[in-house]
Amino acid sequence: MASDVIVLGNTAPISRTWTEVVHEWVTTVDHKRLGILYIAYALVFLIIGGIEATIIRIQLMYPHFNFVSPQVFNRMFTMHGTTMIFFVAMPVLFGFVNYLVPLMIGARDMAFPRLNAFSFWLMAFGGFLLYFSFLGGSGLYGAGNAPDVGWWAYAPLTSRAFSPGHSSDYWTIALLVSGFGSVGTAINFIATILCMRCPGMKLSRMPLLAWMNLVMAGMVLIAITPLTAAQLMLLVDRYLGGHFFDTQAGGSAAIWMHFFWIFGHPEVYILIIPSFAFISEIVPVFSRKPIFGYPVMVAATVCIGFVSMSVWAHHMFTIGMNSYANSFFTITSMVVGIPTGIKIFNWLGTMWGGKIQFKTPMLFCIGFLFQFLIAGLTGIMLASAPFDWQLNNSYFVVAHFHYVIVGGLLFALFAAFYYWYPKITGRMLNESFGKLHFWLFVIGFHLTFDLMHIPGLLGMPRRIYTYEPGRGWDTLNLLVTIGTFVQAIATLVFVGNLIFSYFKGPKAGNDPWDAWTLEWSVSSPPPAYNFAVIPRVASRRPLWDQKHPEDPDSNYE
Amino acid sequence: MSAITTPFPGRTEVWKLPYRGTVGMASLIIAEAAIFTIFVVAYLYYAGKSLSGPTPSEVLETPIFTTICLLSSSLTVHFAARFLRSGQRTAFLALWFLTIVLGGIFLAGTGQEWHALIYKHGLTISTNLFGTTYYSLVGLHASHVIVGLIMLSIVFLFGLANRVGHEQSSRVEVLAMYWHFVDAVWVVVFTVVYVLAR
Repeated sequence: MASDVIVLGNTAPISRTWTEVVHEWVTTVDHKRLGILYIAYALVFLIIGGIEATIIRIQLMYPHFNFVSPQVFNRMFTMHGTTMIFFVAMPVLFGFVNYLVPLMIGARDMAFPRLNAFSFWLMAFGGFLLYFSFLGGSGLYGAGNAPDVGWWAYAPLTSRAFSPGHSSDYWTIALLVSGFGSVGTAINFIATILCMRCPGMKLSRMPLLAWMNLVMAGMVLIAITPLTAAQLMLLVDRYLGGHFFDTQAGGSAAIWMHFFWIFGHPEVYILIIPSFAFISEIVPVFSRKPIFGYPVMVAATVCIGFVSMSVWAHHMFTIGMNSYANSFFTITSMVVGIPTGIKIFNWLGTMWGGKIQFKTPMLFCIGFLFQFLIAGLTGIMLASAPFDWQLNNSYFVVAHFHYVIVGGLLFALFAAFYYWYPKITGRMLNESFGKLHFWLFVIGFHLTFDLMHIPGLLGMPRRIYTYEPGRGWDTLNLLVTIGTFVQAIATLVFVGNLIFSYFKGPKAGNDPWDAWTLEWSVSSPPPAYNFAVIPRVASRRPLWDQKHPEDPDSNYE
Repeated sequence: MSAITTPFPGRTEVWKLPYRGTVGMASLIIAEAAIFTIFVVAYLYYAGKSLSGPTPSEVLETPIFTTICLLSSSLTVHFAARFLRSGQRTAFLALWFLTIVLGGIFLAGTGQEWHALIYKHGLTISTNLFGTTYYSLVGLHASHVIVGLIMLSIVFLFGLANRVGHEQSSRVEVLAMYWHFVDAVWVVVFTVVYVLAR
């Protein structure tokens, strides 16, 4: 019934040499293969960025520790931040969206398959360029290799005088190139979601994952491009002798901060909205209920998209803006809490009264709900300008945004991996390993990031190389580092599970979770053409309608 | 396998979605507009903050003729696309060529202006903040004109080879959208550079 793949006769698998296989993957324009490429690429960089984080934490394990030199330490936190945001979080999300959106809206591919491949390779080359700086960064000056200016690259640190050699140039060009790739992908997502939906898939019937990523793509268009513009200005300054950020010639260092955070804050929402999308698909399936408040969820997402564009200067309360600006950005930052709160209540409302199945994807979703709530609460604390004057650039801020990115985004991503791995590979991930991964990661995460708030409150600034003993930070820092190792072990369990289950996992079948969206109507993994016949939908849960013809959703919508 | 023919229940209804080219180009225009916004903001923020000369009021001359050329090329490209849609290929080619000529005149005008600024007034991108912001903003626009001219020329060459017909009119209209955007940006750049921040 659910199998709608046309089986062609005489399709014995053709044996191919490994070069042919590589050639196929490199030249592919299939959204599913590109999605897998994005995800694999991001996982490689996740491991690199994780190693950098571990080096940072080992250095801070004891006071006056000398694990790496101060120069290397600066490079590590710069590369860790840049890598995790641009070459892990964005590609892995783009990968999932690439893979899932055409399947969920009943399309055979993206609107522009070649642009899709082009965007992926731009982003990939961006990552290679960034890491090539380890080899080519010192240039003729013999000064420093990898970028060491922090991931915000505040002026005037990036000027020729303070950043000789080419390390900052590699940083700039890597982000410029990957930014072009992101914009290409965003254009593709928007065109796909608006123009490729199958018959009956009205906007009001689209899966929330498609809706939220439509908003995300719209934000990419207007949030990534200011960074592109700022990078162009920085290149003009560094190569053509311009004065955009040159205070000696009347330029302003503060305007770089504005341009960077006009990108930087919406970027956080670009990362978290796809996580909301995963949660909104997974929670209903494991609660055995349709999503609570679908239209409100859509409205809240659009609202977050708009409001998040006007909050950027809450990163800059300490640079001395006037009280009107401070009040404005305090209020807008707090206002974001309202639509986000609506979402959290809607997810709880979905779970309320449902027959909840505590499978691994659902465990990660529940972890997400708790942790993202706490991350939001510390966010509201930091949105208040006077509070921020005290704690800006302290470990409290570091703990806050890692709570968002790790406790929120990464947990949602793990949920997505456990939920869609069967669709992508055709095999189930091992549940026991999954539960072990979840509990180890929860313990490691809370050990690291709960405790990290406290040295921040006690005055420990971020990005310091080392610290004096006896300030009450010592034990906390040691425990934070131990938590890092617990998380690393949990991640190894996850990677092991990915590899083990690929070969030994039980066959998944089309629809292992008894879910309701279109991707579960095709085989696992889906055929290259996705749908033998383009489906026709009449409600938000087409597979429910198919499985329950006696009581379809379309009667109620 | 009746599931193949009607896998999901529901009524058949008329199903019409927007053209992906238009949506894609509109998205690109939004993204480009954001880039230009940042450059315009930088221009306005630094207006009058140069520590040394030359200043805009001393050296800038308002390029009225080339502006008229560029803006009227929006009309020609619009009517060219319309002629293509109604199948009048010769009229399309003529107006399309006129668009390229008008765009070329604009670009030549910018080149002349820059030449005078550099060799007569000694203003380069590294002279002062005005030079930095002026050449960046006007240059960013000029680079978009160049890209537009290249694409217009490609279509023109295909047109000469009889490869552009009624079937391509949707795609040609997408390119025309881009050209309208380039013109609209010039209205903003012109107002900011030659009128407001003088």
